[in-house]
Amino acid sequence: MDLMFTEGDRAFREEVRRFLSDNTIPEIRQKLAEGLELSKDEIAAGTRNLYKKGVPTWPQEYGGTGWTLVQQYIFEEEVRAFPALVKLGMGQDLVGPVIYTFGNLAQKQYYLPRIANATDWWCQGFSEPGAGSDLASLKTRAVRHGDHYVVDGQKIWTSSAHYADWIFCLVRTNPDVKKQQGISFLLIDIKSPGVTVRPIHLINGSHEVSEVFFDNVHVPVENLVGEENKGWSYAKYLLNNERFGDAGVGISKERMRRALELAAQTYVGGERLVDQPSFREKVAELEVQLKALEITQLRAIANASKQQQGVQDPASSILKLRGSEVEQAAAELLMVVMGPNALPYTPDEELGSRNEPPILPRWAAKIAPTYFDSRAASIYSGSSEIQKNIIAKAILGL
Amino acid sequence: MKFDLSEEQRLLTESVERLMLDSYGFGDRRKYGGEVPGFSEAMWERYAELGLLALPFSQEYGGFSGGPIETMIVMEAFGKSLILEPYLATVVLAGGLLRRGGNEAQKTELIPLIVNGRAKLAFAYAEPQSRYDLFHVETQAKKQGTFWALSGVKTLVLHGNVAGKIIVSARTAGGTREKNGIGLFLVDVHAPGLTRRPFLTQDGLRGAEIALENVRVDESNLIGDPEGAFPVISRVADEAVTALCAEAVGCFTKMQAITLGYLKTREQFGTKIGSFQVLQHRAVDMLVELEQSRSMTLYAAMMVGEDNAIERERAVSAAKVQIGRSSKAIGHQSIQLHGGIGMTMEYSIGHYFKRVVMIDTLFGDADHYLRRLAALGGLRSESIN
Repeated sequence: MDLMFTEGDRAFREEVRRFLSDNTIPEIRQKLAEGLELSKDEIAAGTRNLYKKGVPTWPQEYGGTGWTLVQQYIFEEEVRAFPALVKLGMGQDLVGPVIYTFGNLAQKQYYLPRIANATDWWCQGFSEPGAGSDLASLKTRAVRHGDHYVVDGQKIWTSSAHYADWIFCLVRTNPDVKKQQGISFLLIDIKSPGVTVRPIHLINGSHEVSEVFFDNVHVPVENLVGEENKGWSYAKYLLNNERFGDAGVGISKERMRRALELAAQTYVGGERLVDQPSFREKVAELEVQLKALEITQLRAIANASKQQQGVQDPASSILKLRGSEVEQAAAELLMVVMGPNALPYTPDEELGSRNEPPILPRWAAKIAPTYFDSRAASIYSGSSEIQKNIIAKAILGL
Repeated sequence: MKFDLSEEQRLLTESVERLMLDSYGFGDRRKYGGEVPGFSEAMWERYAELGLLALPFSQEYGGFSGGPIETMIVMEAFGKSLILEPYLATVVLAGGLLRRGGNEAQKTELIPLIVNGRAKLAFAYAEPQSRYDLFHVETQAKKQGTFWALSGVKTLVLHGNVAGKIIVSARTAGGTREKNGIGLFLVDVHAPGLTRRPFLTQDGLRGAEIALENVRVDESNLIGDPEGAFPVISRVADEAVTALCAEAVGCFTKMQAITLGYLKTREQFGTKIGSFQVLQHRAVDMLVELEQSRSMTLYAAMMVGEDNAIERERAVSAAKVQIGRSSKAIGHQSIQLHGGIGMTMEYSIGHYFKRVVMIDTLFGDADHYLRRLAALGGLRSESIN
């Protein structure tokens, strides 16, 4: 048993660091460091650079790097620390694996290279106004007419829809069977006639998610992934991938680093906040939780091969649930450090132009919005309560 | 990076788990607890036969040269059965002090006796005012010719009631709370001037209070530097804390399994209570605590061999914080989910609860170790390299 990374892993980490400093666009790095929103072109350019050696999480035959899970973990950790582009995108992370696992040859040949080189930007059409935690009750209909489906309905909470070229959707193709058995997985060109994207503004002032409306949208039948009415099993596969990668250790580490950096410049009662025992204990408490999460993530990676053989792994089951809590606690810690300075709301375009307290770094203006936004972590991708339902059933057998 | 056990470690796991399964059910434990020393001498012999008492010692003294992972494996299995025998006191604590601080003659004489099960030892570190500070030592050791004369009171001596020899920390120089000026002395329990008052612990184990009044200890029974024992004490305490974390993980594992079993069989309102969402979510909360505790115990076991004291102490402190917090969380949930039956002496869950809560108090509770971790600069968020 050995928790330490091998010589090979350490060499790989060095290689990643070199790669990132050679291949990250300085403006993007700067914007990420300050927590500013990136434009679609910046995301696309950043992604193309980042994936010069292939998509980190994909097998080599589909344009991936073929890296081991440990290497993927190291890459992700270094990308976040640098920081290089953190938004790996739903094409690479979510729909790509579905296409190379369940798609046909033509789909693999057409879509995968375009995802890998960031030609196409994807978004996820799962949630609906009446289907949130109860995802399988979704109502968006796809009715087959000859060589195409006619899609009518509405999706909501669609991340990056305003940037997307394509949307992968769960649609109801059979309303007369048990709800999970009448769902299909459809790839839809978001510029098709009848598709409308309407922004939703979140409490932190950002526009990240949208509503997507489908009104008599014609979708060629060759855009169906796998078999008709088998979409729910592909969705479960996708959600498992999403949750596995969702411990957010890198995000939380970065938040902790920033909290300490800021606390070293913050004075309370004439003494640096970072030197005060009560604050240090608060930090240490969270560091313990973060370390426990990190080791659990590494255990899950080490167990992944067993899991692929169908053995349920309790360690990996708790990553999303626990990861979102730790991310939220870290965002809360940053708020504690900010104290009264969290008050001013500063849109991106005004950053630097207003009379910020000179002691604070520019990214500090994003702390309150990040904290507000962090509440979503325990809601999206299966709320904490849904995670608990799943764990109770799948792992505990209740 | 790998979390898999080696072939030898797997065999060790299997053999100790089989022994526990065959001979250490909850009913067996109750029986052993009623025997005269408060545990099973027969089981102690079985541990010796299996080589468990030889685990951490080097081969030249008849040991197996096992490391912290091996101790973790054994302690976790022991935790599942809530064993009563003085393994921590004899092998981990006193054995650790001998291993790290003893001279050749002491090791040659005593380690083989531990290994074959003929010697039980204890470590007297606590005093009425020391709380969790191992350097708070008022007990005096005065040099008189070729002897040392020890006087003072040692409390909470784990299994001090059955030890033939007790290793006592005593002050040879300096003030009460100085880290320098502490020595370790191997004291025979029959030495004139030594009295002991045995007691039962909350969790069914045994201990003793030791009073020393001018107890004469031969120079040959001084362990290591008479003024410089603290680093050895501190290091062995880190090893003991890591072992206790593993024991707690064993307890937690069993508490979770017992509670799940209850949720799946107990019926109310015409259905299994495990079908209720509120109870399911509590059971998941227990799983989360268990898995985080397992992770932190692995972390401590992998770091406790680290020679860099700060790195080692940070990791061990962090693990003890996790275990302390989880002891309460898992303990409270498991009692609550059982309802009234969980409060009874005849049912097992309460005994596990008591053990893990007492583990929290040994060497330092979660709050103590959190303060220690904070004072050491925290874990910091750098990656494991």
